Amino acid sequence: MRELSLSGVLAGLVRRDLQVAIRSRAALANPLLFFLMVGTLFPLGIGPEAARLGPLAPGILWVVALLATLLASESIFRTDYDDGSLEQMLLSPVSLYLLALAKTFAHWLISGLPLALMSPLLAMMLQLPAAAMPALALSLLLGTAVLSQIGAIGAALTVGLRRGGLLLSLIVLPLYMPVLIFGASAVKAAAEGLPFSGQLAVLGAMLALAVPLAPLAVAAALRLSVDQ
Amino acid sequence: MSQPLLELRDVTCERDGYPLFEPVSLTLSAGSVMQLEGPNGVGKTSLLRVLCGLSSRYQGELRWRGQPLDRAAFATEVIFLGHATGLKLTLSPRENLRWWGVLRGFDCTAEIDGALRQVGLLGYEDVPCYQLSAGQQRRVALARLFTSTAPLWILDEPFTAIDREGVAQLEEWLLAHAEAGGAVLLTTHQPLTLPVPLQQVGLRPAQGEEYSDNA
Repeated sequence: MRELSLSGVLAGLVRRDLQVAIRSRAALANPLLFFLMVGTLFPLGIGPEAARLGPLAPGILWVVALLATLLASESIFRTDYDDGSLEQMLLSPVSLYLLALAKTFAHWLISGLPLALMSPLLAMMLQLPAAAMPALALSLLLGTAVLSQIGAIGAALTVGLRRGGLLLSLIVLPLYMPVLIFGASAVKAAAEGLPFSGQLAVLGAMLALAVPLAPLAVAAALRLSVDQ
Repeated sequence: MSQPLLELRDVTCERDGYPLFEPVSLTLSAGSVMQLEGPNGVGKTSLLRVLCGLSSRYQGELRWRGQPLDRAAFATEVIFLGHATGLKLTLSPRENLRWWGVLRGFDCTAEIDGALRQVGLLGYEDVPCYQLSAGQQRRVALARLFTSTAPLWILDEPFTAIDREGVAQLEEWLLAHAEAGGAVLLTTHQPLTLPVPLQQVGLRPAQGEEYSDNA
């Protein structure tokens, strides 16, 4: 038996969550499918003309991505709660802070990251100017990471409830708003040919705050949810 | 007299402000096996969850190795096996055990084969757990006991879904663990036939008086 370093523990935890996601596929595919399906509804509803759809595209893309992340975040701790893994995590000598960080990071890898990578595809369908593509992918890359952290807090608070879905949205959506504002604004600025590094910097700052702080809240919320 | 590991002083679990059972005091020493008994719903599982640190809904005092129980230090010394196995069904026994080792802060890859052989699952290391029967899944969970050196085992109904032969084996493991200086606290309705001094503690339902918060 060999004692693991901190990074070894983190890698082992993330690896397991990725394995689970790849085996069951639904966790991987659902947010992406939702993102693509709902995104395709807009050209059908509004009409495909670039003049009408183009200006709306940044907002649409970001709102749909946000909803896809919200949809995915409910499941972060759900199966672990149901099958007893969460109990084992709470009893682990490894700090719950680290476990929460690893779970959230793994969740971003299977939900937010593919979303950000796929977004240019949907953006083409929504007539977003090509110049805004890098801004879209970058803002989603940073933004979904923040959303995963916030979503994890909501998921941890509601995991003990049988039907926590609606409550989760009520808790999490208000906290999603600043991310949406700066994310959509970065894409809009890029589409108009303006600099967008300011908005990305704000998203980066949010991420820098969320990564160290959110796991504290997640850990406390998990203890509360299991304490019964 | 061997060293006392876990001590409970007038501990009772509560639900909605009411105590679940009459306060119990007990001492679990190294080298002993203790069986918690009581009718369904009396609070055996609740008590085990309190002891592990999963639940804070209790009154009374817990001590570990003579000191007030410190959760962080205690976590490295106890293994808890609950009703839920804590297995991911899409993963193989080997992957599940490796993850569990990581949770303990160890890379136990080398121990996994031995542990699975011990529980009679050699040949099933890389089969997804959903293809295993309930009893075999329970055995995978029990294999954790052999990938760790924690002295205290807290087992909630470990015999669930285990066949007759397995029950005898599990009793042997409990015995071997106790003889090696460990301690076992378990709940089961199965009559145990252990040659070690088996302590049996019965929980009695509390009479319905309300618990005062300032007690």
